[in-house]
Amino acid sequence: MKEKLQQIRENAMKQILESDGLAKLNDVRVNVLGKKGELTQIMKNMKNLSAEERPAFGQMVNETRQAIEQLLEETKKKLESAELELQMKKEVIDVTLPSKKRKVGHAHPNTLALDAVEDIFVGMGYEIMNGPEVEYDYYNFEALNIPPNHPAKDEQDTFYINDKIVLRTQTSPVQIHAMEQGKLPLRMLAPGRVFRSDEVDATHSPCFHQIEGLVVDKNITFSDLKGTLEEFAKKMFGEETKVKFRPHHFPFTEPSAEMDVSCFKCGGKGCRFCKGSGWIEILGCGMVHPNVLKQCKIDTEEYSGFAFGMGLERISLLKYEIDDMRLLYENDDRFLKQF
Amino acid sequence: MNTSLAWLKEYVPDLDVAAQEYVDAMTLSGTKVEGYECIAEDLDKVVVGQILKIEKHPDADKLIICQVDVGQNESVQIVTGAPNVKEMDKVPVVLHGGRVAGNHDGERVKGGVKITRGKLRGVESEGMMCSIEELGSTRDMYPEAPEYGIYIFGEDAKVGEDVAKALGLDDVVVEYEITNNRVDCYAVIGIAREAAATFGKEFHYPEIKETGNEENAKDYISVDVQNSELCSRYIARVVKNVKIGPSPLWMQRRLASVGIRPINNIVDITNYVMEEFGQPMHAYDMSTIEGSKIIVRCAKSGEKFTTLDGQERTLDEKTLMICDATKPIGIAGIMGGENSMITEDVKDVVFEAACFDGTNIRLSSKKLGMRTDASGKFEKGLDPNQAMLAINRCCQFMEEFGAGEVVGGCVDVYPNVRTGNRVKLEPEKINRLLGTEISKEDMVAYLAKIDLEFDPASDEIIVPSWRQDVHVMADVAEEVIRFYGYDKVPTTLPYGRSTMGGKSKQMIVEEKARRVAHYNGFSQAMFYSFESPKVFDKLRIDEESELRKTVTILNPLGEDFSIMRTVTLNGMLTSLSTNYNRRNKNVRLFELGNVYLPKALPVTELPDERMKMTLGMYGEGDFFELKGVVEEMLSECGIKEELTFKPSDKIAYFHPGRCAEIFVGTTKVAELGEVHPLVLTNYDFKEKAYVAVIDIPTVVSLSNYAYKYEGIAKYPAVNRDLSLLCAKEILAGEIENCIKECAGSYLEELNLFDVYEGAQIAEGYKSLAYSLTFRAKDKTLEEEEITQTMDRIIKGLSKMNIELRQ
Repeated sequence: MKEKLQQIRENAMKQILESDGLAKLNDVRVNVLGKKGELTQIMKNMKNLSAEERPAFGQMVNETRQAIEQLLEETKKKLESAELELQMKKEVIDVTLPSKKRKVGHAHPNTLALDAVEDIFVGMGYEIMNGPEVEYDYYNFEALNIPPNHPAKDEQDTFYINDKIVLRTQTSPVQIHAMEQGKLPLRMLAPGRVFRSDEVDATHSPCFHQIEGLVVDKNITFSDLKGTLEEFAKKMFGEETKVKFRPHHFPFTEPSAEMDVSCFKCGGKGCRFCKGSGWIEILGCGMVHPNVLKQCKIDTEEYSGFAFGMGLERISLLKYEIDDMRLLYENDDRFLKQF
Repeated sequence: MNTSLAWLKEYVPDLDVAAQEYVDAMTLSGTKVEGYECIAEDLDKVVVGQILKIEKHPDADKLIICQVDVGQNESVQIVTGAPNVKEMDKVPVVLHGGRVAGNHDGERVKGGVKITRGKLRGVESEGMMCSIEELGSTRDMYPEAPEYGIYIFGEDAKVGEDVAKALGLDDVVVEYEITNNRVDCYAVIGIAREAAATFGKEFHYPEIKETGNEENAKDYISVDVQNSELCSRYIARVVKNVKIGPSPLWMQRRLASVGIRPINNIVDITNYVMEEFGQPMHAYDMSTIEGSKIIVRCAKSGEKFTTLDGQERTLDEKTLMICDATKPIGIAGIMGGENSMITEDVKDVVFEAACFDGTNIRLSSKKLGMRTDASGKFEKGLDPNQAMLAINRCCQFMEEFGAGEVVGGCVDVYPNVRTGNRVKLEPEKINRLLGTEISKEDMVAYLAKIDLEFDPASDEIIVPSWRQDVHVMADVAEEVIRFYGYDKVPTTLPYGRSTMGGKSKQMIVEEKARRVAHYNGFSQAMFYSFESPKVFDKLRIDEESELRKTVTILNPLGEDFSIMRTVTLNGMLTSLSTNYNRRNKNVRLFELGNVYLPKALPVTELPDERMKMTLGMYGEGDFFELKGVVEEMLSECGIKEELTFKPSDKIAYFHPGRCAEIFVGTTKVAELGEVHPLVLTNYDFKEKAYVAVIDIPTVVSLSNYAYKYEGIAKYPAVNRDLSLLCAKEILAGEIENCIKECAGSYLEELNLFDVYEGAQIAEGYKSLAYSLTFRAKDKTLEEEEITQTMDRIIKGLSKMNIELRQ
């Protein structure tokens, strides 16, 4: 019996090691350990042994079974992993084949640029405000210290609805609406559409967009204006951006300035975008003119403010290197897809 | 406004800066430079040469061989075909290796044309003689140059001298952008004053000498200003026995340098003084002035007048005229009349220096469609005090040039003398506004640089009369930092009470809508706000429709841009059509933009501006896909209530059988449809297109972003299918409403999974198959409860003549 058991064990071990697949391995398990398997048979034959021999032999059988089972398990794992390996080899795909995309739409370049500007100022505590596009002459001009017959009215090539109502030529009237609400301190940003009677060409459009900013509080200084806009420029065009303030004139601010930023295309070395100067004119700004504050019933002894305005298209055209303004209103899918 | 640096140095002799340095500093002190040009930048090795000897070319009839003294040890040999040179002439010569500015055809070449030695028909030539065009200028600016051939210098030209210098081309012309508050800078002396202040140099005012004989102008002419509100000052002076001739070369050169064509002494002098002082002047032929009287008055309405350019103009009662005793002789401040213009045989001349109302001149010149150099200056609003300086300057030149005999005295009508403002100097307030710590002494010094004198007695700044833009403390503050330096002002951030930044509810809703559009493949488009009134016909909008009531622009760019839009479809269809006709496939666009609905016509108050989200598409996708996008968008925009889609045949631009109005309760929020085939044709479209328009203000009013967790269902769901048969006309929406009503609260979901019409069922009928999911929140539903519910549903449907399909 012992010899037989030994033989079963050796035989089984050999067969297990020779198995080249899970099916064969299972055959071995059934042949040896199954109900009619060799080891089960030999157990049944144990009754032929003497009572003294039985426990020792039983233990031997168990040891044999355990050894076989262990090897079976180990081999099974090996074979399984080999099989998985094989299967995955068959499943290899070419990952460089084109992807399956869901077609997503694209933002208009103006919106991209505007979102960037709005995020910066909202972060600084500015409220985004809107005002009417068809506007009273009073808000567009008079309240902004541009009296009737002021040459600035001509320069802005205004579209008139009647002698009292115009298409706003600037977003500055939103300043007045905001100040008239009388809530101080005030920090606001008013993006929006404006209109001027310019014939359509590569650099002009009768419809375009401006972004107006206004801060009114106690002790607001020109240095605050400089600091705020410098911060904006760095966030908008990169930390290394430099700014330059030049004196200028606007009827509704005094002192007034224009701000240039170091060219964000060439870093200030001079290129076609900055026309070789290294600087790009980006916005107009200044301290709110006392006449404007007074018009809105704000005490100029106590309060002061600064305002700024920039052309949205100027930023989007430069930033994204768009060489023709007409593209912005043509809506060609091949153009829009690039943003 | 242009000036040349050489001209400026007349008043700021110590100004010794390179062009770039000059323009940078001027821009930073507030006189913005647009650009500058070194006139002679394309001229190199061009010198004055004298032709010593001319021989015929042995092999060419039209060429001559010249030996030219160019101020070097040996003369050079130059072969030329020019017909106009002779021995001893002094001519411009470009030497071997040099450059000229223009080519033989007289066109300027950027960077210049390089000239090298070479052989002409076998004879060596060391360079080239130049025409005025090759030197980069024109006969307009140098009238003494011959029409064809080489420029010939006067006898006093120095052989070997640089030609740029000899012709006054060694100058830099600077172009400024003058803002409309700085009228004084439309004059060379204004710019010179700024330049002197910017560079800390002394400013020399031009010396104006007294002129005139023993006689008095008053005996020659009288002036009557009838509209003194439009003419604050009128000065007339008289010059007798005028001799018309060229002005001196220096004056011609100076005018040429800023692009003004020299004509004759009288025109050149008035132009020169206009540039110098910014004061336009006019000269009348004394003999044409009837009654020796000048009357300044407004024209009669419809009065006709021929200006000196030969054009007949029709005037109105607001046009200010210069007249004699019987007739108009000029349009004030704009252009003189043909009837009083100076001709070659003029004898006596009346010079006019006046100050007209800027607004009136601007409006008149606009109405007449004539914008002249003079009107351009007047409309800025001139300082009447400059007029006297200008007219005296003018007479001084007349006398100096021997152009006539100046009569003493003048006629000066100046009832209200303009004086400068006085503004209190408040250093503390200025520093508080600027965020600076500039001392009072420094402020006074900066201001003095530009003739804003401080009066210690009153603590006031005395503003000169030419500075009408300085009224209040903030104006003084600007003058101070212009010379203190904008760059020296520190940079700080505002401190104080914090403010709530952020966006309005509408902006947030718009952002959500934009995002849904993007996810669904729609790209953002932008359209003009104004369009043609013809769009209503293109969109088949009813003649009586409210949509045809528009806000109309009085002065549009053309009819195509003349009304503020009341519908967004035209923009969308135009852009889709552009894409379609450019063969772009499967295009989806959206737009967020206003329509402008007048509250009443004629427009007396601001229109209702309503933001619309417009979605448009063609190619892949159909009505139901766009419907899905609209549903998703409204849901993301915070509309939680159920949407009702009502078919409509009232929307003219949509297919009457394929469009819907979308309601929340009884409120319409949107419309959606396939574009009407005839409208598609109007937009040159040969494919189906779908458009949806959502009214954003309505969405905002219904929007609600409050969310509440309601738990995850614990009890099992029960599913039942329902296959129905009904007449074709019955809408799925009606069936669903009925099912929902009958089902009660256990119905969790209702899905249509099949629609069938065809051979298996009767003509005029359709079959709809729904799957229903029932669930209770608090228990497992009993079979009986489900059966009862299904019975209720079936009973309810049968009332609508909807049967179960067997």
